[in-house]
Amino acid sequence: MGLVQYVLVTEQPGEGARGVPLSGHVGFDSMPDQLVNKSVNHGFCFNILCVGETGLGKSTLMDTLFNTKFEGEPTQHNQPGVQLKSNTYELQESNVRLKLTVVNTVGFGDQINKEDSYKSIVEFIDTQFEAYLQEELKIKRTLHSYHDTRIHACLYFIAPTGHSLKSLDLVTMKKLDSKVNIIPIIAKSDAISKSELTKFKIKITSELVSNGVQIYQFPTDDETVAEINSTMNGHLPFAVVGSTEEVKIGNKMVRARQYPWGTVQVENENHCDFVKLREMLIRVNMEDLREQTHTRHYELYRRCKLEEMGFKDTDPDSKPFSLQETYEAKRNEFMGELQKKEEEMRQMFVQRVKEKEAELKEAEKELHEKFDRLKKLHQDEKKKLEDKKKSLDDELNGFKQKKTAAELLQAQTQQAGSSATLKKDKERKK
Amino acid sequence: MKRGSHTVSLQKEKHTSFYGNMADVGKTPVARNEKTNSEFGYVGIDAILEQMRRKAMKQGFEFNIMVVGQSGLGKSTLMNTLFKSKVSRRSLMTSEEERIPKTIEIKSISHDIEEKGVRMKLTVIDTPGFGDQINNENCWQPIMKFINVQYEQYLQEEINIERKKRIPDSRVHCCIYFIPPTGHCLRPIDIEFMRHLSKVVNIVPVIAKADTLTLEERDFFKQKIREDLRANEIDIYPQKEFDEDAEDRIINEKIREMIPFAVVGSDQEYQVNGKRLLGRKTRWGTVEVENTAHCEFAYLRDLLIRTHMQNIKDITSSIHYEMYRVRRLNENNTQPNGQQAIHANGVPEHEVLSHEM
Repeated sequence: MGLVQYVLVTEQPGEGARGVPLSGHVGFDSMPDQLVNKSVNHGFCFNILCVGETGLGKSTLMDTLFNTKFEGEPTQHNQPGVQLKSNTYELQESNVRLKLTVVNTVGFGDQINKEDSYKSIVEFIDTQFEAYLQEELKIKRTLHSYHDTRIHACLYFIAPTGHSLKSLDLVTMKKLDSKVNIIPIIAKSDAISKSELTKFKIKITSELVSNGVQIYQFPTDDETVAEINSTMNGHLPFAVVGSTEEVKIGNKMVRARQYPWGTVQVENENHCDFVKLREMLIRVNMEDLREQTHTRHYELYRRCKLEEMGFKDTDPDSKPFSLQETYEAKRNEFMGELQKKEEEMRQMFVQRVKEKEAELKEAEKELHEKFDRLKKLHQDEKKKLEDKKKSLDDELNGFKQKKTAAELLQAQTQQAGSSATLKKDKERKK
Repeated sequence: MKRGSHTVSLQKEKHTSFYGNMADVGKTPVARNEKTNSEFGYVGIDAILEQMRRKAMKQGFEFNIMVVGQSGLGKSTLMNTLFKSKVSRRSLMTSEEERIPKTIEIKSISHDIEEKGVRMKLTVIDTPGFGDQINNENCWQPIMKFINVQYEQYLQEEINIERKKRIPDSRVHCCIYFIPPTGHCLRPIDIEFMRHLSKVVNIVPVIAKADTLTLEERDFFKQKIREDLRANEIDIYPQKEFDEDAEDRIINEKIREMIPFAVVGSDQEYQVNGKRLLGRKTRWGTVEVENTAHCEFAYLRDLLIRTHMQNIKDITSSIHYEMYRVRRLNENNTQPNGQQAIHANGVPEHEVLSHEM
């Protein structure tokens, strides 16, 4: 049989017959459950960026929102530039595990010259996009287990001046609105009275509109939540108060800020919009925030980046090849670097070996010298002792000789004496 | 201006649980509807499950299932029985088309079905002509090519610069292979096909027209088939190596012990014991399709639709598709050199640093 031909026939049902009726229960209505179960097993992640001047209560608000004490002490006001500090926490509620990352801008608004303040924030956001893009472009990739660090929501803290937005705020928000979902909030809003607040909100909204700043709109396309979302859209920016301290009101313990003239209750909707913020950010739109980040902001970043790298969609056949060229180039670069590193390490190794060898040789030489010295010392000692021994022996011999000579003399004199007395006796007797 | 340093500190698995703050440690979690003294113990993170469900309902699902087997094994009927509606190509065919084609054809038909608010775009891919020729050498090739073409389409869309919000998924999620009820063992064509295709797609083998086998014959046949599969190192769905955890393994082991499912299909209803049931009426009795004492159709349906559909799709996208992608992106690498040994399963010979970029 020659080459097998295959005929591809794709038939779609006709215009009118879009759907077919089912004559019984099939069971695919369990699909949303299957999907949700899979996600529960996998866990979720959510990343919030808090941008605002030092001292506006960013950390306190995060603590209040998530009902827990995150680490960290209040930052000083003398930072030379804007830094971003990010911390990741694992939270759990019933069977849902959330990997929450809270990124704080440290030192925002503290500098004298704030022209470049927004830059490190933009850079940070871009870095997270880049990391995801790199992972997506990898040949062997593990997207499903990748820890997504892209920022899903940016809470922009506006200082409660009561007048209007600062130019720093406008500039920063304008730079961020195409990169992240911005939710503006009025911080420490217990400093503003109700009437001032309404005016403040109107002013802020009109300034944002006139400057073309696109803030995040809660989605109104799903009927289940369209109503609540559109109402909330009208309450932006939310005027919030954060507090982790509890005060007894009536017979309940509530989170509040206590002043001599009254107590501001965090969860009282008449006092502030905290409950609205929590409702929108977490309970209603968390998933939408994640989706918008992925399908809008990330896609925009990706498109710009790829176009920058010189790719075009016009030539469909060459796409895998041109991307392949990048892989090639990157791989060669990597191999080159690897080789360089290897060389370096080898050199370093050889160097170290040489040094060690020299050290050891030195030590060896020293030991030899020491040995020689000791040996010589030993010999000298030995000689000295022998000499001494010899002289002592001589002395001893001399002494012995003297002794025998003396004894002999004594014996002789005694004998002579006794013979002399004998002779004398003999003479007398005669 | 000094550039920020991000200290990403993964707080040593800091399981800060929400069941209350410092003062409330030890209290039970507060459900949304209950109001107790410390209502603020509840943050609302688990509301994300509801949000996900809403999104899924709005978007709908896609499922692409392929049926492979010789003519006359009841493939179309089984599809209709599985999805309780006329989804197979036979329902759309005209009488002129009711002949066995001279070559293998691949026909793909899509339907939008809906159940309890959940919408699904179901695509049934039929392969008339498979195994029907006198010389069936390389009959698996056109099917393999079709599957790879779907992967290629997805890949092309994925690497587009301007890409769609949701890439239309035409990848074959599951391939049901129909084994004729000979009662002996697998035939060479079965082994050949499954050996090649199990490397690129999830294969679920079924014993077709199982009402011609007695229970003993059926068990014996299944055992022989399983032996043959093992001997030829054919990995069918659910694959052992993709079991995620112990729980999964237990569930999947039970399934693996039953595979291949012995099925009977029917779209005719009969009255049995006062109930209207799907079945095949014969002179000696009525085979009830959904009765697990009669045949294993219900198990197949539960596996494919009610419990493992998402898992089947996940394995297709995160394993089979990724393997195809790796192979595709690596093979361009060697074009200037000419040959490069690429195994039949698509994994290139060298994977040096291909995971590094």
